[in-house]
Amino acid sequence: MSEPEIRIFPLGDSALTVEFGNTISLELNQKALALSDYFEHNPFSGFIESIPAYASTTIFYDLGNVRMSFAQFPTAFEAVKSLATEALNNFPASKPATPRTVEIPVNFDKGSALDLGQIAKECGLTQKKVIEIFTAATYRVFMLGFLPGFAYMGEVDKQIAVSRKETPRMSVPKGSVGIAGRQTGVYSLASPGGWQIIGRTEAEMFTPDAAEPSFLRPGDNVRFFMV
Amino acid sequence: MTLLIQKPGILTTVQDLGRNNFRRLGINPTGVMDRAAVRLINILLGNDENEAVFEMHFPSPEIVFKSNTVAAIGGGDFTATLDDKPVENWRTFFAIKNSVLKFTNKSMGNRTYLAVKGGININKWLDSSSTNLAAGIGGFQGRKLESGDRIDCKERQKGVKSFITRRIAGSLIPIYRSFPTIRIIPGSEFENLSNKAREMLLTQDFAISYISNRMGFRLTGKPIRPTMQREILSSAVSFGTIQLLPDGQLIVLMADHQTTGGYPRIAHVITKDLPLLAQLGANDKVAFHLVETEKAEKLSLAFERELKFLRVGVKLGKD
Repeated sequence: MSEPEIRIFPLGDSALTVEFGNTISLELNQKALALSDYFEHNPFSGFIESIPAYASTTIFYDLGNVRMSFAQFPTAFEAVKSLATEALNNFPASKPATPRTVEIPVNFDKGSALDLGQIAKECGLTQKKVIEIFTAATYRVFMLGFLPGFAYMGEVDKQIAVSRKETPRMSVPKGSVGIAGRQTGVYSLASPGGWQIIGRTEAEMFTPDAAEPSFLRPGDNVRFFMV
Repeated sequence: MTLLIQKPGILTTVQDLGRNNFRRLGINPTGVMDRAAVRLINILLGNDENEAVFEMHFPSPEIVFKSNTVAAIGGGDFTATLDDKPVENWRTFFAIKNSVLKFTNKSMGNRTYLAVKGGININKWLDSSSTNLAAGIGGFQGRKLESGDRIDCKERQKGVKSFITRRIAGSLIPIYRSFPTIRIIPGSEFENLSNKAREMLLTQDFAISYISNRMGFRLTGKPIRPTMQREILSSAVSFGTIQLLPDGQLIVLMADHQTTGGYPRIAHVITKDLPLLAQLGANDKVAFHLVETEKAEKLSLAFERELKFLRVGVKLGKD
């Protein structure tokens, strides 16, 4: 199997992105998470933070600090690029940690499942069948983004993988569980948004004052069950 | 030791230089729009440069100093007055008890900052005093300031007799314009742009749309075409990332931007020029000039050196 080419490019003058590929896959996501975790545990001088995404990891750094600490490189970008490349070459072959499995209760009643009727119609299925397919799968948290505590999860079964709404809602209620293609996610806060809403959960996805403000972490396995 | 908000202004928030280290949880950094201005006035006051400040827009708030306070204003020039006497930007001033700060006319820029000596007392959330308006957390009760709000200062100031004003050298003050040329470096999808599209990006003037806000500036210009077919998986974006929308228009992500995005990242505003962009408002214009990453880094490092000299100068002058 041919390895996709890894690209490393600047994200402005104080960050760079290591891109492992451009597809949603467990393998690429594990690489992104592993590189991010590596730098969180082995920060270099000037490292600020790393953000894992579907198939990439972005590293933010303090430009002045990196230049001073790695003066042998012509630029801070080249220095961090070299650190990232080195980290990738020396990657431990160990298997990724066993993911947590998290269960999320979902209410699929009419007041919560704003688009369930539409989804069923679009897919040519009964609403009951849509719920059955949705709750049968285990989803992986690929990344967090969009809103504090919002997890991008996948993959949604092809039979119910509806596209985003053509006109986004001005305000999607907090706790809404949405589908956008093969992705699913829970609106951690009320927000404008275009995902098709299949139900709503009472579970708090984001608790500002908690030691871990976000309920979900990249790499988690998630199952939804009906209440 | 309190600042009383007598009138709130349209959007006055407590901000510092932003909330790092939690982007991986989807928590966006927020923070001030014009970081250069805030770092300058904080350093001038002898504060930590990350000390929380008020970010103000126009119409601006009216603020009562409920005790003797040493303060400084920087950023946009809103023609400040203290008890109806002019107060210049970029210098420290002494506000005696019950004096009232007002802003009478927006003459340059769109955001101005008030810092007080010693800083204001804000409960930090995740190590930062910045207000996250979308999430309603951080800063002062997670919201913009309203009439009657009282914000405590950390330090009590001595009498006016021991006060000596201090100013920032003219060479350090950002030169704001309503039609700046902003330097950018190529983004990851720049290479996918056709020559024609690159020319559209680099040779035309863009207007700042009225729907711009702290999250992002929408630019209006002739659409950049052909737009890209390449679909991009969501990944991290940054303050200053320029995204190409499907309709050929541009959006520049600003301080309240989301942590991740999926539109093509065709360019990034260089750190040195972000403050000049951050001071623009609706109907101002901007043009872009492409530079190399190395140049962007050099400009940023040169500014850091100047800040260091200012910091040393303020310390030496202290006693």
